[in-house]
Amino acid sequence: MYPTDLKYTKEHEWVRLKDGEAEVGITDFAQKQLGDVVFVELPEVGRKLTQGEVFGTIESVKAVSELFSPVSGEVIAVNGELGSHPETVNAKPHDAWMVRIKPTNAAEADSLLDSAAYGELTK
Amino acid sequence: MTTAATSTGAEYGSDTFESRHIGPREADIERMLNVVAAPSVDALIAEIVPADIRLPGALPLAPAESEFAYLRHLRALASQNQVWRSYLGYGYHDTITPAVILRNVFENPGWYTPYTPYQAEIAQGRLESLLNFQTMVSDLCGMDVANASLLDEATAAAEAMALFARVHKRAGATTFVVSPDVFPHVRQVIETRAVPLGIHLRFEDPATAEFGPDVFGVYVQSPDDHGRIANLRSMIDRAHGAGVLVAVGTDLLSLALFTPPGEFGADVVVGNAQRFGVPLGYGGPHAAFFATRESFVRQSPGRIIGVSVDSKGRRAYRMALQTREQHIRREKATSNICTAQALLANISAFYGVYHGPTGLIDIARRVHDQASRLAAALGRLAWTETNGVFFDTLRLTGAPERAAEVRRGAEARHINLRYPEAGIVQISLNETVSEADLADIVAAFTPVGSTPPALGAPGTTPAPGGELGRQSAFMTHPVFNQHHSETEMMRYIRGLERKDIGLDRAMIPLGSCTMKLNAAAEMMPVSWPEFARIHPFAPVAQTTGYQQIFAELEDALGRITGFPAVSLQPNSGAQGEFAGLLVIQAYHRARGQGQRNIALIPQSAHGTNPASAAMAGLSVVIVACDDRGNVDLADLRAKAEKHRDRLSCLMVTYPSTHGVFEGHIREICAIVHEHGGQVYMDGANMNAQVGLTSPAAIGADVCHLNLHKTFAIPHGGGGPGMGPIAVAAHLAPYLPGHPVVKTGGASAISAVSAAPWGSSSILLISYGYIRMLGAGGAANATRIAMLNANYIKARLEKHFPVLYAGNNGRVAHELIFDMRPFKQQTGIDEQDVAKRLMDYGFHAPTVSFPVAGTLMVEPTESEPIEELDRFCDAMIAIHAEIQAVADGKADRQDNVLKHAPHTAEDVSANEWTHAYSREAAAYPVHSLRASKFWPPVSRIDNPYGDRNLMCECPPIEAYQSAD
Repeated sequence: MYPTDLKYTKEHEWVRLKDGEAEVGITDFAQKQLGDVVFVELPEVGRKLTQGEVFGTIESVKAVSELFSPVSGEVIAVNGELGSHPETVNAKPHDAWMVRIKPTNAAEADSLLDSAAYGELTK
Repeated sequence: MTTAATSTGAEYGSDTFESRHIGPREADIERMLNVVAAPSVDALIAEIVPADIRLPGALPLAPAESEFAYLRHLRALASQNQVWRSYLGYGYHDTITPAVILRNVFENPGWYTPYTPYQAEIAQGRLESLLNFQTMVSDLCGMDVANASLLDEATAAAEAMALFARVHKRAGATTFVVSPDVFPHVRQVIETRAVPLGIHLRFEDPATAEFGPDVFGVYVQSPDDHGRIANLRSMIDRAHGAGVLVAVGTDLLSLALFTPPGEFGADVVVGNAQRFGVPLGYGGPHAAFFATRESFVRQSPGRIIGVSVDSKGRRAYRMALQTREQHIRREKATSNICTAQALLANISAFYGVYHGPTGLIDIARRVHDQASRLAAALGRLAWTETNGVFFDTLRLTGAPERAAEVRRGAEARHINLRYPEAGIVQISLNETVSEADLADIVAAFTPVGSTPPALGAPGTTPAPGGELGRQSAFMTHPVFNQHHSETEMMRYIRGLERKDIGLDRAMIPLGSCTMKLNAAAEMMPVSWPEFARIHPFAPVAQTTGYQQIFAELEDALGRITGFPAVSLQPNSGAQGEFAGLLVIQAYHRARGQGQRNIALIPQSAHGTNPASAAMAGLSVVIVACDDRGNVDLADLRAKAEKHRDRLSCLMVTYPSTHGVFEGHIREICAIVHEHGGQVYMDGANMNAQVGLTSPAAIGADVCHLNLHKTFAIPHGGGGPGMGPIAVAAHLAPYLPGHPVVKTGGASAISAVSAAPWGSSSILLISYGYIRMLGAGGAANATRIAMLNANYIKARLEKHFPVLYAGNNGRVAHELIFDMRPFKQQTGIDEQDVAKRLMDYGFHAPTVSFPVAGTLMVEPTESEPIEELDRFCDAMIAIHAEIQAVADGKADRQDNVLKHAPHTAEDVSANEWTHAYSREAAAYPVHSLRASKFWPPVSRIDNPYGDRNLMCECPPIEAYQSAD
């Protein structure tokens, strides 16, 4: 049920690894838990993150949650669209990327969950 | 068994206050006992409150007093307060409360009894007024946005510092520069708040201070403590150039004439809105304001009202950005503050509506003109005004030997002036000052035997000009320009009031909030001039009546809690928590145990507890709860043991936030003590303790008391509150002091509030509550509060599962109904039930606290059986409506719950497309035909409001398109 081309964290982020970049968002499960997303706070481009580090926060009307980086690396882009349309996270969670990271340690991806394992986690 | 009307002396027969305060009549109690299946109230209580914490006898309080006798007594005390003309300044000024506002807002239960507007659909009136407050403040300050008030100016200043500490971009900077010329109480509260956060304060004139890489922010005041008004532009530019943020304390009225700090580039502007129509009250309550830039709004403290739309697209108001608050973010919240000063912010907003910008400019010009003419006249008596540019405050230098004569002259005329140093006199004028008052001041300065110099003709002072003179328009919105006749004003106020549900309309069954009666006899004296028109820093010799009330109230609260010492200073429960934790830390430090910095907090705690702990510099360690909602003893023991060298305290609510008297509470406290910690008891649920047990009896060391819950201070639609703390003897030396008026213990911690006794005038309410109930009545209130809660449980548990109960299946004074099973089955959730209750004329219970997906109900002792039954009938009818969905008789989406609440407009529209009838929507039970409350808007779109944030009155075009 969760896209098989993505990897997942136990904290409910997904990561799409392609062309040497990592695109990061939150899962459908996470957006359902949060409810209507009203605000996404994202880091500045150029920020260096280590795996598991908080890179932003996401707010719904009733909850707030931290966003954890699935991989180490440098932020090379943030999705400014989410500033004016945070509801995209609810509508298309697996397309609504938040940051693009240039990973510094490709091996880290191995520690992430695949679609089946994440599906099991959220059962 | 003790019931209504048996436990009091009877100077005036059986008409006791107790019999008026408590809802159920004697005969009702018999019926209720049958329903709950208990042989007597005593037997019921014995099932609820553990035997090992019960008090051995009655509280040692004075016998109850009738309303008539109490008011007679209070008249006598009032006459012991002397209402001098106080020109002391410090951000507090006498004011004229327009009578139409005094009668229709300040003294009106429609405005003072509602709760914080979490249920926005039935709070549109006060939300609109609070939005007026925000608009007025942001306009006057020249800022983007303002919040809906804070507790006092000093805490607002400290919040500005805390905001800057969160948002500044200077890595590693920990220094906050504070001008030496800020009010002394503001300075001290900033210090109190800075120390635990590790913020280093530098007291230095920001105009010349160096903004090195260690500095992240600045606090400056204009007009300052002397009354000087400064051009802040170059200082602010220099600060911003260095990446340093600037907060400015100011005087709202002065901004009608002088360039607002926002136009000089300030990042935050704070102050006290008191002089906008709110009586001095010997310290409060008043509304402080906090205005900032749009970009900081998500990091701002306090409540912010925003504009959204309802399900039909109508404009509707709501509290915005609630995720900033402690109930969601806990130890990561922007502030621990929950209570605002809504009633007082509303009074100030109405003052702004009543006078409008033209009226405010007129008042400000009059005050400024009087000050200018006074300066000229006193100049002729060899007193030199040294402020240069001032609004209402003169700082006069003269021969030191003359100052003593001036003081005698002033005191002989019952005038309080400020004497900061030898040979210096400071005078702050206000809108109440008459020409005769001015002449009296001049006479006080005139040497005996000389002729006082004449004052110049009124209206001769030019408006401030140059860069300091205000050029910009403010309060141009129609709301501030159209309600200037009393008829218009009265109708505007009452029109807003009718949109809201207060205790004047119906029970407000909010769990944890204790929405009990706020009796008229308790309330009346608050606006008597002998209590209302006294400056917080007036000499104590002029406040003998107040001092006696404080002493008696401290004594009574001490007896009720079992603790020997009390501080009345904290202005809210959250501030009480902060004060109590600082007292604990001071105690540890005094014993060489300063390393103790861990607060254990049960999972079930209110979010304010961890937020306060974080503010007090403590690290929070969460203690698990078992599946019955009680503290997990094994986990507590393990964590206390693990952190035994660093354990500062446990914060525990009792009875628990789940409304249960945990049987192991004494053991819980003992474990903490064994490991060197102190026990802080959150007094939110004190209404289940008074007269039966006490914080001392359970083994706690310190507690706060929400006087606005248990002790009858009204909630004011979201404040005021009061949160005094009571402490065991070993903590008494550390109770908070004050920099201007002596309070507190021998080793007092620094002030937590601006005023020495917090919001003094509303202490009268709790004083009256205790005096009129007496020991028997106070205990009986507790007993009946628990009877009422168990009555609701007995009537509703067949329909809605009750989440937690004590060993005997009893709840304490409140209970939690679990709505989660219905959601699974029908899609109907707790919000739908909360909103549907509005159609039945009720305010919802507490939603999703302390457990998500639940409703927590607290009826209090004041609700009569008729109202309890009306509520239970409504809940049972709602259960049937849910059942209809479950049975497939009603649509899962198009049903009375999902579309609740229903407005009159919707129900009477020509078009009706719902699958259910109009009658089912609006008149689901027969009793509504006699009295129906119509919610003014339908379900409000919360995400829309937070995604499209708008925190000031919508422009007039928006009104037109909405019509």
